[in-house]
Amino acid sequence: MLRKTLVLLMVAGLLVGFSGMAEVERDPDLQGTLEIVNWWTAGGEAEALAALFSVFSEWHPRVSVINSTIAGGAGIGARAVLISRILGGVPPGTFQVHAGRGTIDPHVIPGHMEPVTFLYEEEGWVDVFPQALLDMLRFEGEFWSVPVNIHRSNVLWYNKGVFAEHGLNPPTTFAEFFAAAEVLQTAGVIPLALGETWTVVHLFETVLLAALGPDAYIGLWNGDTDWGAPEVTAALEYFDRMLNYVNQDFAALSWDEAAGLVVDGTAAMNIMGDWAHGYFMGRGWTPGVDYGWVPVPGSGGAFQALSDSFGLPKGAPDRHVVVAWLRMIGSREGQDAFNPIKGSIPARVDADRTLYDAYLLSAMDDFARDAIVPSMMHGAAASPAWMHDIIEAVSFFAADRDVVVLQRALVNAAADAL
Amino acid sequence: MLRNKERLLTLLLISPSVLAIAVFVYGFIGWTARVSVSRWRGLLPDYTFVGLANFARIFGSHRFQINMWNITVFTVLFIAGCLLLGLLLAILLDQRPRREGIFRSIYLFPMAISFIVTGVVWRWLLNPATVIDRLTGLNLLFHEAGLGFLVNVWHMHPRFGMAAIALAGVWQMSGFTMALYLAGMRSIPEPLLEAARVDGADKVQIYRRIIIPLLRPITLSAVVILGHISLKLFDLVMAISAEGGKGFSVDVPAMNMWFTTFRAMRFGQGAALAMFLLLLVSVLAVPYLIYSIRKEAQL
Repeated sequence: MLRKTLVLLMVAGLLVGFSGMAEVERDPDLQGTLEIVNWWTAGGEAEALAALFSVFSEWHPRVSVINSTIAGGAGIGARAVLISRILGGVPPGTFQVHAGRGTIDPHVIPGHMEPVTFLYEEEGWVDVFPQALLDMLRFEGEFWSVPVNIHRSNVLWYNKGVFAEHGLNPPTTFAEFFAAAEVLQTAGVIPLALGETWTVVHLFETVLLAALGPDAYIGLWNGDTDWGAPEVTAALEYFDRMLNYVNQDFAALSWDEAAGLVVDGTAAMNIMGDWAHGYFMGRGWTPGVDYGWVPVPGSGGAFQALSDSFGLPKGAPDRHVVVAWLRMIGSREGQDAFNPIKGSIPARVDADRTLYDAYLLSAMDDFARDAIVPSMMHGAAASPAWMHDIIEAVSFFAADRDVVVLQRALVNAAADAL
Repeated sequence: MLRNKERLLTLLLISPSVLAIAVFVYGFIGWTARVSVSRWRGLLPDYTFVGLANFARIFGSHRFQINMWNITVFTVLFIAGCLLLGLLLAILLDQRPRREGIFRSIYLFPMAISFIVTGVVWRWLLNPATVIDRLTGLNLLFHEAGLGFLVNVWHMHPRFGMAAIALAGVWQMSGFTMALYLAGMRSIPEPLLEAARVDGADKVQIYRRIIIPLLRPITLSAVVILGHISLKLFDLVMAISAEGGKGFSVDVPAMNMWFTTFRAMRFGQGAALAMFLLLLVSVLAVPYLIYSIRKEAQL
């Protein structure tokens, strides 16, 4: 009897809890102004953000939203404005920021962010975000931003027609990659399409992961793996060899121009984050028919992730509105509104699978199963200063191709950062 | 009494701009100088004095040495190109061809465009692909015209990539030097030329012995104006190659400063680079200012 009453009480409590939560989430009387600084200006990105806004205004019709979009490569323009806003003591309500070190080093350590751990507890996010993602977001026991999406960086895209023509299978190891690249190069096809410096660094980090494996790769960023180790030298040599198979004008192409070489059939493969998927579809390609994808050779079983997130700056105007926004973007409804349009997968593992296409479903399966590791080039693994030093070192390397010099520069950069 | 009133009014009228310049130009120069000797890294200002450590670090970096080489190559070619082409165009227009006004506008028009637009266009023209079936821009033009030996990698050249950027710069600014020279030529008193002609000087001699020597002050002004544009070069390169080409083949000090400050967030080092740039431009501008002030005093 007593037991029954207890169970009943617990159920009742849960129900109350749920209805209480729903009230917090959808409040037609919530008032205030929410300013959001972000760098989503391209087609697809901008529309995905608009989808988020429409969910938000459905939930909180009386809140007015100011969309402060500042264009510019990977947010460098937005960051310049953000820095002056924060230093000047007039932070925006919230801002787009790379989850992980990209949030922690420039914003959390200087102490102008409020932890949002309470939201993770109240909304039950600790149960629906994968453990490895939570590890990426956590710093000193607290969470500091809410991820809205996940992109994967270690993907090799290939032109199925070109591969079939030369009787090739998508490579899963370095040996298979170099064998296929040799065949393609002899046949006069560019084996691997590559773009400007940041895409070279992107290739570089995926090769590091592939050659070292997920554990040693993570160790690079926390000091457990020595950058001067012979395993790293081996990884750099793989990277060096791969650069023998790229288009000679790489430094002059943007990432989409490089991916375009694969669409034209001038090149066979491209290693790029999964935003390339959106680009291929935009060019009228059908996933699985015209183009296929595999993890970067040697990196199967690992998911190199980057994530856009939003945080809560100290002194944010209308803090209650910012909190409502953060609750919304972490919710299933918010994430399912944003991600199918952005071409990324939700950070939650309980999304509505009917909304996503073949590539995104495969990425969701891998995300739930694979070892998740942070991407450096996209702000998840290293501080901006460290990233800057690595970009410089790799940029020099792309021109002079000296592995010893590269490794020395990388060791110095790590010593400076750790 | 009236004089005092007038003086008061003058002071009142110029004080807003004096104040604005004092704060937004000289104030910020001072602040940048302070930051350049501080330890400031990351978002939080840290004004701990570190002496010239930031300068030592940037001067010692490989990238900075490349920057200096690049900006030297650019400055020499850009100024020489603009002066020679500008002078040539001015001499041609000085012959007073029919519809001179139209030609003058055509040559001057590129100057009305921003460097960003020029950069975007030249980014296409300077496409460095040299493989036959992927040629575009100037390389394709050369190939089609049977000048295949001219096909090259433009701004991706490790030592002289800046020459390609200078090409775009000269395209934009030579019209400006033309306008300066043409104005100079037109202001030379006619009796002077008349006298030369009476003495039997031919056209070439008139240009070599009279007109060009008289244009010397204009050349000086042009060098100062073009020189400070070239030392502060940022937008043109940014639009042609945002990451500074291949292995920093076209990286310039202003770009290094931007990335050091806003990507790496090393504010101290960024400010040191900015101060160095200021110094570089001052080397050019200060002697010119002294020269022109002295001249004014003479008048």
